[in-house]
Order: sequence, then structure tokens, then C-alpha cells
Amino acid sequence: MSQSASVHSAVEPAETPLTPESWGKLGMWIFLAGDAVGFGTLLAGYGAMRATSADWPRPFDVLGINLTALMTFLLICSSVTMVKALEWLGKGDRAKCTMFLLFTALGGAIFVSLQAYEWTHLINQGLHINGNPWGASLFGTSFFIITGFHGLHVTGGVIYLLSIVKYVANRPEAAASYNAVEIVGLYWHFVDLVWIMVFTFMYLL
Amino acid sequence: MTMTATAPHEHHEAAGFFRTYLYSTDHKMIAKQYLLLGLIMAVVGGFLSYAMRWQLAWPDTEVPGFGFVGPETFNVLVTNHGTIMVFFVAMPILLGSFGNFLIPLMIGARDMAFPRLNALSFWLLALGSTVLCVSFFVPGGAAPAGWTGYPPLSAKAEYTGVNWGLNLWLLAHAIEFAAFLLGGVNFLTTVVTMRAPGMTMGRLPLVIWQQVAAATLFLLSVGPLIAGAVMLLMDRLVGTGFFIPERGGEPLLWQHLFWFFGHPEVYVVLLPALGAALEVYPVFSRKPVFGYRWIIWATICAGALSFIVWAHHMFVSGMDPRLAMPFSITTILISVPFALTVFAMVASLYRGSISFELPMLWGLGFLAMFTTGGLTGIFLGSAPADIYLNSTYFVVAHFHYTLISAVIFGGYAGIYYWFPKMFGRMLGTRLGQLHFWSTLVFFNLTFFPLHWIGIAGMVRRIANPLQYEMVAPHQWINVFSTLSLLGLVASQLVFFLNFFLSQFRGRPAPANPWNATTLEWTAPSPPPHGNWGASMPAVERWPYEYSAPGADRDWVGQRAPTVEALLRGEGRA
Repeated sequence: MSQSASVHSAVEPAETPLTPESWGKLGMWIFLAGDAVGFGTLLAGYGAMRATSADWPRPFDVLGINLTALMTFLLICSSVTMVKALEWLGKGDRAKCTMFLLFTALGGAIFVSLQAYEWTHLINQGLHINGNPWGASLFGTSFFIITGFHGLHVTGGVIYLLSIVKYVANRPEAAASYNAVEIVGLYWHFVDLVWIMVFTFMYLL
Repeated sequence: MTMTATAPHEHHEAAGFFRTYLYSTDHKMIAKQYLLLGLIMAVVGGFLSYAMRWQLAWPDTEVPGFGFVGPETFNVLVTNHGTIMVFFVAMPILLGSFGNFLIPLMIGARDMAFPRLNALSFWLLALGSTVLCVSFFVPGGAAPAGWTGYPPLSAKAEYTGVNWGLNLWLLAHAIEFAAFLLGGVNFLTTVVTMRAPGMTMGRLPLVIWQQVAAATLFLLSVGPLIAGAVMLLMDRLVGTGFFIPERGGEPLLWQHLFWFFGHPEVYVVLLPALGAALEVYPVFSRKPVFGYRWIIWATICAGALSFIVWAHHMFVSGMDPRLAMPFSITTILISVPFALTVFAMVASLYRGSISFELPMLWGLGFLAMFTTGGLTGIFLGSAPADIYLNSTYFVVAHFHYTLISAVIFGGYAGIYYWFPKMFGRMLGTRLGQLHFWSTLVFFNLTFFPLHWIGIAGMVRRIANPLQYEMVAPHQWINVFSTLSLLGLVASQLVFFLNFFLSQFRGRPAPANPWNATTLEWTAPSPPPHGNWGASMPAVERWPYEYSAPGADRDWVGQRAPTVEALLRGEGRA
């Protein structure tokens, strides 16, 4: 949404100290607030279903922790490269920024691929969206819905990151794309943070 | 992304039909698109209510222009009338149209913060409306599971015999939610960032405050329902069991998710209408609005409380009865800020020099009808009374008094008030008078008797009241209500006639036909693309300076420089 902010451009006076370049930042924060309520509901619904279920399996007996820990580590690393990308752009180095953006997107892409592998593996073992051999069928249902909803966010984020790579490439001035990179960073860190929650509640607890 | 920072709005080439009317990013054109879509869907929703009321008055007879209804079709009518009127009429007109039109014009901006996102929101809504209309024509027919879509009835196609109709209904709503979620991001960002110099938050017109509150409520409450809609679709399509007891699911979870959204949603619809009325009162009583800050704080308190009242819709649902007491208390509590707002409205009128122009008539109608609906809300909010009244026509009467007061009376107050700015012509007065008085009379004749038949025991969602011996003696109320509804529908035809005639034959509107103070009346009628021409407005004072002591006329616009500013040598005399 950052892209459409600047039709009625920077020159106009306004009451607020926020300049038009940062409108997109505010828009992203507001969007993320709404998105957070959505994830919050899914996790709260998960908690409610699990608390009232008599035969909920212990998640770590069914879901592999090692692979998921690796995925978590990878996603945290991609947040670090995201920070590096913004840092290099701030120093005026568009090439390094682009490189780190691509690393971030790569981290996301590997994460989604590992998730696809994990899903395939679990489905072969019998964990289906509408039933499983270990107990409450809602265990599998909630697993696929919540990790799937998050996976869609990561997939969207990878596409978003690649579009920002192009955005940076189109602008010779490093400062011209600083806000766009910062905004994609907000989104990416949010998706990362949500994963930490999902990992904690759905795998570890 | 490829915008260049040339000086904006110095010249505009004539755009083609496509760019002007369809792919437009101008907030005023998008507002008109929302208005037109809302009015079209209102015709659809109104037609459904006509068929429904006919069936209730003369059960199992042929409905003229519709055909035989019967129980299955009746369920379809109830479901779709409810959701169309709330999500595809009230929200497009009160939020989509008013919000888009008023926010930039009243805060002194040239457009919304994200114009393309704005167009995307509208076209998503248009897509959602299309999907909903298509759902009537798929095999099996449209959604029949009630406007709240409660599972388990809605969770399996075998229970209702309707498969794709209900899937599309859910899909249409998910699209609608996404559209208004994006719209809300746009509204909030615009109001925070794009206010003209001097337009502090304490000088914002109240309707903008109400739009901001409504957008915030929607944004923070819709996530759970989107999640719920996805879960329900999964239950229907891939055999999961979130809401199906025999698969270990919990139908009440849906009710919690639905009403956690549903109650804030009531205020999403109400607040913009309240705001429109609050703009109209000072103009037509020539007197500042009473309790500006109190109204804002009351709105914020009511918004916050609206997140912890939802289970009052579920007193008889089988949830833990210990929850009834706390939710009763919060529900009664939420009437406090709204009572405060209503008193502030009355005080705004008190001893004003009131002129009964058309917008004022609708504004006063809003106040009277909304108070009536609010009073029955106190009955329903208290759990002991609600256990008797729940799911009767008393509830139907209650929410039609509150929602129709907001959408019809508040909405028309806004449409009659801002029509000159929107279309550059005045709405015809004679047809307008006819429209108002006939709507007021027929509305009350249609819905007031429903309180009685509800107390007498007629429950909602039954296709044939004559099946019940205790209701049959009161059948005359159903007949009376239906006849009145025909009058109510006919009254709206007067509006449509006026609306389209005035587009071409209405008196051309001056820039400020009502001698109002807020910024939008300093732009030409209709405002050009970019709204303000070469120079941006600067705001010097708050929006309600009517009959100020010492002023040489009874209104002082927000752009008029203050004495202090003139003494400092700033501003224009």
C-alpha cells in the first residue's frame, strides 16, 4: 500500500508532522493491528478447543520439533537480513540492500518449502485435516488451518519482498526507497513474530 | 509506484468514460460508486422484505411479482434480507460513501491517503455483491441458514439442502470484510496524516470522529469473523469439524466469534449515522453543538465497551449461565455513553432557532426513532427479560428501530444534507417532504405493532404464523404491518424519483447552500478533482461557530481567521 500514497505529493502543508512518505508506514501498522486480531482469534480458538477436549494429543509426540526449530531459526535469520537490508540502504548502498532483501526472500521461500515438506510428511503419517489416529480430529484441523494461514502470509511476504527488490532497482536514489523497505520490514517482522507464537502454542506447549 | 512529484492539480486533461466513472481513484467518484451500489442493493434487500412480509400476512399464497414462498424460500429471504441490508447497504452508504466523500473534504485534503487502495476496496465490494447476487441462481438456491449463519445448521450441506448457495454467501461476506478492512486502513491513515494546517483533532467535525471510531471498531473486530468464516467454509468443504458436535467441534464457538464481531458492527453502522445527525443539528438550529468533547469521549467509551457485550446475544444459547450477569451489566453500562450522546443532541437543539429543512427533518426523525429503539434495548439487555423476549418479533422490532433509524433516517439526513455538494444540485423539496413524512408514518406503522406480536409470542424465522394457535388471533397485526410495509416501500420510490430527477432538473447548488461552517462548503459544488484548486485551506477555528457573540453574521466558517490572527497580520480579512 506504500506505493499509492504520493499522488498529492509532498509539497502540500498539513497539520500532522507525518510526511506523505510515511503514510504507508501508518497504513501498515493499522493493517497489522487488524491482522493481529485475526491471528489472536485463531490461537485463542485453538486454546479453547484444546482446553475442552478430552483426547487432545501431545503435539510434540506427533509433530517433529527438530525440523520446525530449524524453520524457526531460519525465519529469525531472515528477520536479521531484513534489518541488514534497511541498514545498508540507510548507508546508501543499494546493491547490498538488494542482496539482503533477496536473502530475506530466500529465507521465506525455504521456510515455505520446508513447511510443504513437513505437511506432506505428516499427511503420509495420517494427520489429516478431518481426522488423525492420535486423538481429537480438531488437532489436525487447527494445525493445518493455523500453519496454513501463517504460510500464506509468508508466501505473500516473499512476493511482496521481490516487488520491493524491483522498487529499489527502479530508483537510483537510495533514499527514495527507504520507506518502502522499512514498510516491508514491518510486515516481515510481524509474520516472524506470529510464527514464534504459533511455534510456542502449537508445537512446544 | 511511479508517481512523480510534479505540482499537483494545476491542469487536468479530460479523462475518458472508463477512467472517470469506472477506474477512478478520485474519492468523490468512489463515494458515488459506493452510494449507487448501496442503493441498488437496497432495492434487492427491500424486494426480499416485501416477499417475506407478504408470506407472513397471507401465508402460502402467491406473492405478486415473486411467486410462491413457502418455508424453504422464506429462510432464504430472511437470511439474505438481513445480510444484504447490513453489509451491502448500510456499510457501503454510511461508511463507504459518506466516509470517502466527507473525510478529505472535511479535513481539508485533496484525496484519501491511498487512492488506488480505495478503488480496490470498492471493486472488491462490487465483486462481493456480485457473488452474493449470483448465489440466488446456483442449483439448490441461496443461503437459508439465518443472517447469523449459526452452525450446525450452516455447517453441513445435508442439513439445509443448500450447498453452493451458502458457500457463495460465506465467500461474498469474506470479500466484503476484506474490502472494508482495506477501507478502514485508508480512513484511519487519511485522518491521522492529511489534515490541513490548523485542523487539529480537537477541531475535527464530529462526523469524522464517528467515521474514525467506526473504522477502528471494524478493523479490530472483523479478524475473528474472517477466521470464523474460513473455519465454517472448511467444515462445509473439506470435512473439518470446528463447529460440528459429532466431530468434536463446538457450535457455540461460532456464536462467540460472530457476536464478538457482530456487536461492534452494530456501532460501525450506527456511528456514521450519528455523526451525520450531529452535523445537521447545529446547521439547522444555528447554534454550536453541545458537549463536543463529551460526545467524542462517549463514542470512545462506547466503542471500547462494545467489545465486551457480545454474549448478550447468547443468553439462551446454552453458554455458561454464569456469563449472563457480567454481560448484562456491560450491556446496561453501554447505554450510558449513548444516553449521554442523545442528551447532548437534545441540548444542541435546545433554544436553537430551528428550521425544518429536509436534512433537519431526517435528523430529528433519527433522534426520535433511535431513542425508541434504544429503550427496548434495555429490556433485551437484561437477561431475565431477554429469556422471554429472545427470538420473538420484539427483537425484530428493536433492531429495526435502531438500524433503520441509523441507516434510513441518519442516512437520508446525510444524503439530503450533502447531496448539493456531491452532485451540484439541490434535491427537490416537495418530493422530499412527501418522502420524509410518508416514511416516518409508514415506518412506525410497520414496525411498532411488531413489539406487540412479539410479546404475544410470535417467534422469528417462522414461515407461517397461522400454524401456532397462540399467534393466530393476532394475525391482524401481521396483515397490518405488511400493508404498512407496502407504503414504506412506495415512499422510497418517491426518493428514487427525486434523486434521479434532481440530478438533471434540480436547482443548481451554490457552494454553501446551508450557511454551514465546515470546510467542505468552501469548495465549489461539486468540488473539482483535487478539491481546493491551487491553495490548500488553512483552518483557524473549530467547526461549530454559530451565532457567536460579536460576529457580524450567525456563522463563522472554519477558515475565517481569528481576531488574534488578524492582529498578528496573518490570514485573509
